[in-house]
Amino acid sequence: MTGNHQGLALVLFTVFVSVTLAITAWAGRRRSSSVEFFAGGRLFSPLENGFAITGDYISAGSLLGVSGLVALVGYDGVLYCVGFLVGFLVVLMLIAELVRNCGRFTIADVVAVRMRQRPARIALGTSSVIVSVIYLVAQMVGAGSLVALLLGGQGAAVRTWTVIGVGGLMVFYVSFGGMRATTWIQIVKAVLLMAGSVALTVLVLVRFHGDLGGLLRSAAAGSGHGKDFLAPGLKYGGTWTARLDFMSLGLALVLGTAGLPHILSRFYTVPTARSARRSVVWAIGLIGSFYLMTIVLGFAAAAVVGSDSVRSSNQAGNTAVPLLALDLGGGAGTTGGTVLFAVVGAVAFATILAVVAGITLASSASVAHDLYATVRRRSGSRRRSKESKEQEEVKVARVAAFGIGAVAIVLSLYAQGQNVAFLVGLAFAVAASANLPALLYTLFWRRFTTRGTLWAVYGGLGPAVLLVILSPVVSGSPDALFPGVDFHLFPLQNPGLVSIPLGFLAGWLGTVLSPEPADEGKHAEAEVRSLTGAGAV
Amino acid sequence: MNEHDGTGPGALRMDDPWYAVPVAGEWQQEADVQAPVSHEEPGREDRTAVYLEVQHSAAFQEARGRYRRFVFPAAAAFLAWYLLYVVLATTAPGLMARPVAGELNVAMVAGLAQFASTFLLTWAYARHARLRRDRAALDLRWDTQERMR
Repeated sequence: MTGNHQGLALVLFTVFVSVTLAITAWAGRRRSSSVEFFAGGRLFSPLENGFAITGDYISAGSLLGVSGLVALVGYDGVLYCVGFLVGFLVVLMLIAELVRNCGRFTIADVVAVRMRQRPARIALGTSSVIVSVIYLVAQMVGAGSLVALLLGGQGAAVRTWTVIGVGGLMVFYVSFGGMRATTWIQIVKAVLLMAGSVALTVLVLVRFHGDLGGLLRSAAAGSGHGKDFLAPGLKYGGTWTARLDFMSLGLALVLGTAGLPHILSRFYTVPTARSARRSVVWAIGLIGSFYLMTIVLGFAAAAVVGSDSVRSSNQAGNTAVPLLALDLGGGAGTTGGTVLFAVVGAVAFATILAVVAGITLASSASVAHDLYATVRRRSGSRRRSKESKEQEEVKVARVAAFGIGAVAIVLSLYAQGQNVAFLVGLAFAVAASANLPALLYTLFWRRFTTRGTLWAVYGGLGPAVLLVILSPVVSGSPDALFPGVDFHLFPLQNPGLVSIPLGFLAGWLGTVLSPEPADEGKHAEAEVRSLTGAGAV
Repeated sequence: MNEHDGTGPGALRMDDPWYAVPVAGEWQQEADVQAPVSHEEPGREDRTAVYLEVQHSAAFQEARGRYRRFVFPAAAAFLAWYLLYVVLATTAPGLMARPVAGELNVAMVAGLAQFASTFLLTWAYARHARLRRDRAALDLRWDTQERMR
């Protein structure tokens, strides 16, 4: 890694940050009603929102991590790509339009149409914030490592300042620009990401003269595993624990997407359910093409760079695509190589910044609109005007963004240098265990009650968190968070396989054991509103 | 509620027929969602009665049936197909490694088929919704909102 890379990457990244700051300043000049702050005015087009969903969804973990996994273990990396994409079918068919029709800003809005406001909002608000903070820490620790990798700064100080810088920027975007700035940042990032991926893929195809069979042959040869590289089993084929762990992750990926607060809040930025549907269609097209390109780039890295060189640069394979870019541009020391390497680095930074901003916004919306507003309502002053309440919610959300940013920075600094790859899988598992059962039951089950809602949320959230604490990622293995002690009782890294069914089971059980039956009138309201859009805002 | 302040980058989009529906406006829905504890607010029972009436109407039952008859089998099918894929990939690597043509093996074909089926289902769902549901939903929305006035 020569000084040229670093200089150019820093210049490109500075340009991106300047553009995003300009967007924030422009968006921040508007008066801040709650619709403006939490939903960006609700007038984005399906195409814009489709790009924004893509920007919110694809993290640096996908851009660098999944392609690196393909480069190291071949087909087992492809399994990730499939799971990340198929999850969007759940969003498209069962969630997006109905959520857009029922809610205003958050997941809890949808459930609160039918259930008792206070407990339902506190439950869904809490689980949304927990999912967001887990995801946020994963992204910010990743940001620290990324700087160390791409800019060659190995010192702890570089990582620390990166985490603080990323955290500061995301809080600034969210609290001053609200949803409008965040959405445009996602769009800019998604365009950069897609353009960068298309450019690299085209270069790969040119290198292999369009012969994908030849690419796979060279990848198998370059990996050192031969034919096995192109079939599943290198990473998850060993013990039954490893196999069950992958099934658990697979289940969490496909069901978790539909429970991620920062993805669902995107549907409130378009005017109607129909445009929410069309934005998911755009997102599926973009995300699907992105993951297809990721697979090509991963195999190309194995073929061109070689799995061993990738592994010696970074144990987890995170540098596979940057190294591939360097080679495709002409190799180290050439202008082309320098430029492409710097571009990939800058796109990866942009990716992290945009994703953390989206998550921070969604979680501060949960804090202000669900948690604070609920507690506040109980403590009186019901007579104030709607406008002053909205103003207050926005104010609280701005402050909450600072709070969540501070918490995320502190946790990320503490977890710096830890292996936190499991955190993304965990965020998906918690989303699928706590948020999805409550949402699906609310939308589709006539008899679902408030008690069922609470049991579904806490009955999914509790086991998911508990099982992780008792898993080998926290204790009892050499690369655990606390390697010195051993209190692990649960063999899998990802809790989804157990906690997701438990969430659904708890929701059912709570409903069956409810003292009072479901409110027919409120069910009618939720059903009519969700399917027709009557009364949607 | 500045839904109509079309000053943003996405000013009014008239190509979206849904947009013709007046949003929120003078009726009480927005206020109700906003301050949900207000059970004593007049009109609550009336609105519930309207929702129950619409829910039991033949038109709504038909629209809901069309939606559910498409998404329930489709969701069951793609989830089963995805889980089958994950289980096969982890438990039957021998089968998945069997060559099909050239460098392609069963696993590659299955993975690409997952992408293909996702794109295909997305297209089919969007088409079904556009041709079979949107019109009915829009009519019901109008009708419900008219009755609320």
